[in-house]
Amino acid sequence: MEDREIKELEQAVEQIWEVARGFGLDPYPTNFEIVPATVMYEVGSYALPGRYSHWTFGKAYHRMKTMYDFGLSKIYEVVINTNPSYGFLLETNSPTQNKMVIAHVLGHVDFFKNNTYFSKTNRRMVESVSTHAQRMMEYEFKYGRKTVERFLDSVLAIEEHIDPYFFIKREVSIAEEKRRQEYRRKDGPYDDLWLLDQRNQGKAQTDGDGANETDKAPRERLPEKDLLFYVMKNSPTLAPWQRDAIAMVHEEMEYFVPQMQTKIMNEGWASIWHARIMRELDLSDNEHIEFANLHSGVVSPQKGQLNPYYLGYKIYEDIERRWNEPSPEEREKFGRSGNEGREKIFEVRELENDVSFLRNYLTEELCEELDLFVFELIEEEEWTITEKRWERVRDQLVANMTNFGFPYLQVEDGDYNGNRELYLKHLYESTELDMRYARKALEHVHALWGRPVHLETVVDDEPTVLHFNGTEHAED
Amino acid sequence: MSIQRNDWSLQRKGIIDQERHKDRVKEAIRKNLGSIVSNEAIILSDGKRTVKVPIKALDEYKFRFNYQKAKHVGQGDGKTRVGDVIGRESRPGAGNGSGPAGQDAGADYYEAEVNIDEIAALIFEDLQLPYLEEKAKKAVQSRKTQFNEIRRTGVIANLDKRRMILENIRRNAREGKARFGDIKKEDLRFKTWEEVMRYESNAVVIAMIDVSGSMGEFKKYIARSFYFWMVRFLRTKYDNVEIVFISHHTEAREVSEEQFFTQGESGGTVVSSAYQLALDVIKQRYRPSDWNIYPFHFSDGDNYYSDNEEAVKLADELIATCNLFGYGEIGEEGSSSYRRSSGALLSIFSDRLQNKDRFVGVRIDDKEDVYPALKQFFGTRGVETPA
Repeated sequence: MEDREIKELEQAVEQIWEVARGFGLDPYPTNFEIVPATVMYEVGSYALPGRYSHWTFGKAYHRMKTMYDFGLSKIYEVVINTNPSYGFLLETNSPTQNKMVIAHVLGHVDFFKNNTYFSKTNRRMVESVSTHAQRMMEYEFKYGRKTVERFLDSVLAIEEHIDPYFFIKREVSIAEEKRRQEYRRKDGPYDDLWLLDQRNQGKAQTDGDGANETDKAPRERLPEKDLLFYVMKNSPTLAPWQRDAIAMVHEEMEYFVPQMQTKIMNEGWASIWHARIMRELDLSDNEHIEFANLHSGVVSPQKGQLNPYYLGYKIYEDIERRWNEPSPEEREKFGRSGNEGREKIFEVRELENDVSFLRNYLTEELCEELDLFVFELIEEEEWTITEKRWERVRDQLVANMTNFGFPYLQVEDGDYNGNRELYLKHLYESTELDMRYARKALEHVHALWGRPVHLETVVDDEPTVLHFNGTEHAED
Repeated sequence: MSIQRNDWSLQRKGIIDQERHKDRVKEAIRKNLGSIVSNEAIILSDGKRTVKVPIKALDEYKFRFNYQKAKHVGQGDGKTRVGDVIGRESRPGAGNGSGPAGQDAGADYYEAEVNIDEIAALIFEDLQLPYLEEKAKKAVQSRKTQFNEIRRTGVIANLDKRRMILENIRRNAREGKARFGDIKKEDLRFKTWEEVMRYESNAVVIAMIDVSGSMGEFKKYIARSFYFWMVRFLRTKYDNVEIVFISHHTEAREVSEEQFFTQGESGGTVVSSAYQLALDVIKQRYRPSDWNIYPFHFSDGDNYYSDNEEAVKLADELIATCNLFGYGEIGEEGSSSYRRSSGALLSIFSDRLQNKDRFVGVRIDDKEDVYPALKQFFGTRGVETPA
């Protein structure tokens, strides 16, 4: 790209920014970076630049890069939720593509800044992950690359099982940590000598407390949804560096969870604004046609599948229309006065996540217009449409989005059988687990817990418990 | 707000982790050699250099829903109705009706692209021709230059700097100050080379295969995959090995390599015919004083009862003239190794052979047994014991 083009792009950014502000968008300042495909795919496969190393990232990178090399798929844009934010532009983008991407990115950044599920998000996450990467590298140096890699294999197997509202717990946890600090005796090799007096005095108390921390997993606050956190805190087997590694993964997942919770909303929001901003710009005829092509590529329905961009886009438009021109019934029943559409969609982008967004705003008319349906495998052979009633379709969609599409597990007991065994429960809601995967994942949990692990679920309508004791699987 | 364009040419993280992934693939291949060795894609590769092999160890296991038992939401073109079929499930493992198809329906294994040469290198890593002896007739195998001497004079390009520094410090120390510096001509040391000839003994492998009617698809496949790797192994590791191919049912004949790998026949089994032919070939063309001789024989062990006596006798004779006699007995697919042993040749051999220390017999019931068989035949001696 020549300097002249960069100049033009800079002007475009200024202009797009002004238009976006004019529409009421309120993004963080955003820096755009023009990068080659290798870097684009790297950032895309790690989701954040500078994260720790693991072969699974390499696998994702390789896959994305191959798809790109064969011309099968292309990422136009990657955006990083930090303050200031970062948008990455592919160096081969045309000027029109870049403008649209910039507008799209500003939509995302506005969403990141203003949606309530992001209110606790660490906006300096790029710095955090790079210190994580540094620490992980030190552990690799100290304990061996293989050891760390194997351990991370196990941690990543359960990384999604964290509590999205973990920040509440963190506050409790910080208080607890303070309390524990007071009992910490050994800082230097001889420091415990200073505490001899106190220790004798408070022996009963500290010993009782210590037993709780190290020998027995506390039973209070169970069941626990945050499996990762629970294991980190209470596993009988982990070394300090391993707990630290889990804490790092946990922190990174806390950062990603809001994005997982708002995929449809976020993409819909960015799409609706890139479309409107582009319409305000002074485009030539050719640019207009190019933009129209790109836009329809982004928000077109894909046969059989759901395109989150399209779904989100349509729902926002529908909300805006319904609040702009309410039906007489809506005027009367809900007291909508009309022309509140813009205000309403800004409210929605602030308050909802995908689950509530769909539950509250996916209407019968939309289901029909989008031709949504439920399909399932019949007789292990044919994928068949089995449901078109809009409420059922909506509920199925909501169910599939719940817990960002992962089975909801919780820790029931960390001292099962009075033997420090870990008992997990899958809160079954009519969809079975992939049993082969469940058994393998349970092996990973065992690697982290170091003692027998159990998982309660439902198979063929029968309650079933999977057991793994380190050498063999059993179920009953 | 800004637009930047930095130099990213030093950014290598993705590539580095891609290497880590490749390492994992390699490791998984190493662990799964047993199943890869007998993978159809490789055996039937017809000279292709790379093939796709499913590798189970590379999935990223998570707790996830069973996709096939879950309900999904999709979008149509406006005209869909309940009951419409929008897709069909492809049945995994269908087609080549080999063995009980895995119960893990729809198991989406990671398919790794592997290079057959790389796999071969892994498999052959610790294989060798056992009991290889120096025979009277030798063949020049290679001429190699080896740097193996240090001299005080030589070409300046071959200066050995490390030794020079050492000599310099040593000389300085002798003169009272142990330090580096002030290099003189007498400190210089040069690497020089020598031409080395490597000799290797002659060896011949006699590959015998049973092509009688009882050798079904599976058994033939097993024998074929064993010989596939054996031939490859011999050709990669030894420049000077000859291979004689013999196939037999009630009669034996010497065949070309292509015939050996492709022909199907029928009829009964007279094992001794193959052994007799092998002995004749040895007598005519490969004098034991000049050649290392390795006969291998694959059969299902279903020999004519009346021939057993003769087979044992000739096998003993073969063992006496050769370095190692390998016999592989292929069972029915999936049967356990102790199910049928009475009457089969392997148990007769292990009962009645007089000369067992140069005999290796293995039983193969499963595709996964091919790799261990290779290791038993060509492994380092003194460790394994015949099955």
